[in-house]
Amino acid sequence: MQLHVDISKTFRSAGRRFDLSVAFQADSQRVVIYGASGAGKSLTLKAIAGLITPDDGRISVDGADFFDSQTRLNLAPRQRKVAYVFQDYALFPHLTVRENIGFGLNRGWFNREARHSRADIDQWLDTLHIRNVADQYPTELSGGQRQRTALARALINRPTALLLDEPFAALDHSLRKLMRKELDQLQRALRIPLALITHDREDVEVFGDQVVHLRDGRVAAGLADALA
Amino acid sequence: MMASLDAAWVPLLLSLRVAGLATLFALGIGIGVAWLLARRAFRGKELLDTLLTLPMVLPPTVLGYYLLVLLGRHGWLGGWLREQFGINLIFSWQGAVIAAAVVAFPLVFKPARAAFESVDPQLEDAARVLGQHEIAVFCRVTLPLAWRGILAGALLAFARAMGEFGATLMVAGSIPGKTQTLSIAVYEAVQAGHDELALFLVLLISSVCIAVLLLAAHLLPGRIANPIQR
Repeated sequence: MQLHVDISKTFRSAGRRFDLSVAFQADSQRVVIYGASGAGKSLTLKAIAGLITPDDGRISVDGADFFDSQTRLNLAPRQRKVAYVFQDYALFPHLTVRENIGFGLNRGWFNREARHSRADIDQWLDTLHIRNVADQYPTELSGGQRQRTALARALINRPTALLLDEPFAALDHSLRKLMRKELDQLQRALRIPLALITHDREDVEVFGDQVVHLRDGRVAAGLADALA
Repeated sequence: MMASLDAAWVPLLLSLRVAGLATLFALGIGIGVAWLLARRAFRGKELLDTLLTLPMVLPPTVLGYYLLVLLGRHGWLGGWLREQFGINLIFSWQGAVIAAAVVAFPLVFKPARAAFESVDPQLEDAARVLGQHEIAVFCRVTLPLAWRGILAGALLAFARAMGEFGATLMVAGSIPGKTQTLSIAVYEAVQAGHDELALFLVLLISSVCIAVLLLAAHLLPGRIANPIQR
């Protein structure tokens, strides 16, 4: 994945000010954005997905420009065709696991399952071992099942890249290890470019082909002192 | 008895029609404005909220006065409607619909705003990155998660519109069979000394309002607290 990010944005709320000014270039299949909480990791990932608009700068993925303040280009999230897995998964509480996974395949105005998507959904339910909970609602799921549902929902659209916001932070230690391994295998099998943000060093060890270290809204100089 | 039955049915049907249409109008505009206030940032947002809540606290006669100024023969809107289309809303049942809609509006708009604000914006973002247009985001995520709160407001608005008196009387008057709604008919019956009719009308409007509130309670209890369950 060719990921080019050079953005800045100022956030103001209740007298506080946060300056995000992040520039980096990545060209591995697995990129980890690493840093303490409040360093601007989530904001950077959201900007790549189009969920926040930078004040200035440029974002491109695999040669496709997503955002360019000079040419006033700003693709809507739906046009960027990247998948985004939220930290607490953001599963739709009013839809079953099956309906959650099929959500992006249906481009209508109402929540109806498109007939052609059934086989596709079944396949993803099997791949992620959640067929047994297909008709349950998100509140009835365990942490691991929720994450698998979120991954299936994101991947079924055949995105060009997979963005994950602290994917294992909500899981307990043993489950974290298991899900890390599963994502590792899934990424290798699908060969989908992946960018993951984390403050957990074990994630860096597994997924950090390339590591971008953020501190106070900026890219920090050396990774060595980040992990030291 | 036949005469009193007629004297009750006509205003009852008129009241149901006026309150029903008024609720639909209030819903259409209320949902749109509530969504704007819940999801968009703009200057004067809270001032707009205050102005739109005013009908809840202003005396209905004051609202009626404003509506007369607006819709009357020489009013801004009334004058234009008369010149362009030959429409006169004053002393018409359509005028009663507008009066009831204005009075009931805050009861739709306030709960709708709260319902939209209770929907996690992250869920809407999730729908966007899954390739959905803004309209689909609204219809498939926002509205299904907010509709119970909106429905609760709509039922209260309907009950309030059924009982509307002051603003309706000022705008639409009290023309039997045309603009005389149930609540106005009660007033007229008492004034004319028709005690039996008044009692019958009072019991009728009370039953309708109780039925609406029971319906609201039947549709809503427990589910508002847990909107996730169907």
